[in-house]
Amino acid sequence: MKRYDLAVIGAGPAGLSAAIEAKKNGMEKVVIFDENSRPGGQLFKQIHKFFGAKEHKAKIRGFNIGQELLEEAQNLGVEVHLNSVVAGIYFPMNKLTIIEGDHVSNYSAENIIIAAGANENFIPFEGWTLPGVIGAGAAQTMMNLYGVQPGEKILMVGSGNVGLVVSFQLLQAGCKVEAVIDAAPRVGGYGVHASKVARTGVPFYMSHTVIRAEGTDRVTGAVISEVDSKFNPIPGTEKHLDVDTICIAVGLTPMSKLAAMAGCEMVDKGGAVPKVDKYGATSVNGIYAAGDVAGIEEASSAMISGRIAALAACRKEELHI
Amino acid sequence: MSKYMNRSADIGEFAPQDDDNLIICRCEEITKGEIRQAVHLGLWTMTEIKRFTRAGMGLCQGQTCSKHVKGIIAKELGISPLELDDVTARAPMRPTDLRVLGNEVSSDE
Repeated sequence: MKRYDLAVIGAGPAGLSAAIEAKKNGMEKVVIFDENSRPGGQLFKQIHKFFGAKEHKAKIRGFNIGQELLEEAQNLGVEVHLNSVVAGIYFPMNKLTIIEGDHVSNYSAENIIIAAGANENFIPFEGWTLPGVIGAGAAQTMMNLYGVQPGEKILMVGSGNVGLVVSFQLLQAGCKVEAVIDAAPRVGGYGVHASKVARTGVPFYMSHTVIRAEGTDRVTGAVISEVDSKFNPIPGTEKHLDVDTICIAVGLTPMSKLAAMAGCEMVDKGGAVPKVDKYGATSVNGIYAAGDVAGIEEASSAMISGRIAALAACRKEELHI
Repeated sequence: MSKYMNRSADIGEFAPQDDDNLIICRCEEITKGEIRQAVHLGLWTMTEIKRFTRAGMGLCQGQTCSKHVKGIIAKELGISPLELDDVTARAPMRPTDLRVLGNEVSSDE
């Protein structure tokens, strides 16, 4: 069995930052596993400039941050395993079972940082399984990684930052965004993102939900309706929208099953997450959680939480920091 | 999350709803009505519903539907979703071919 000082699960902003920080502070054998064919997590879909402070990579576009982190990790000698699914974590043996290509192999690590990220929430409605109903993340992948328009006329469901940013990117990609709707009475995301979309003339329907996707083989339209204060649709307020794509951006759920499998104490925070202290340490000695898997935030805080968790692991190993 | 569940609580008769045909688990095509009926047959936990209906047993392993399944069970039982435990997390985390699972490569370094 290959042995490591630190194994990081997930090569997104949190995982890459954690591996870099661990290497910089004296950890010798550091490995990252990611199930995707390219590292960077969601960063490579982010074509917008980040906010915040310069130290936190403000004003740099997301995919450039991903590239910077990846190069830094590789220069420091972090081993990056792609197309590698962490199939299981077994404690107290500190064993990770990895599915790589056509075989299974086992690794052991003194410290494990789980930075597996999150997956998109969906809402079920009549016709939601039709082709043309997609997650906002899928729309971003199609546009920003593969240069494909997800559709021509889009309904965006959700006005959080993901819904707003992706709406603007859809407009940039030449799609028509017919409406942004949200069941909440107010826009969920930052004003700066909302204003950018609103200035292009896209209508916002607050306190609205999607009732039905129309079509037999694919989406040919959508019906939306106003909702009351308890989010129940108000009969008689239905409105038809002429769209071929319904994009869902209604939040994320932490992908925390590996933490549960490892025996970490779990709490509910918009989905089950491992209970962590301020350094990201879980209830299991040697296992840390960083980024969205410990509670949904965003990329800047994911990078910081990854670094903090790595420093905590270094301190546990009594390295000089 | 509660450890014990009062299995003799009266949750009333199954009453059909307009949206019972709504697919909740899209991998296994399990509807809201099937899940609600299973609750009335006495299957009150996430694990029981998963085993009985197959909701959450498909390609995505409940990544998309488990929140909704939990909400439906909770509403039917008249409890908070927070009182229901998630299904047990088990390896392998992703659907895997048996030929891959059976091909364990050992390396001693």
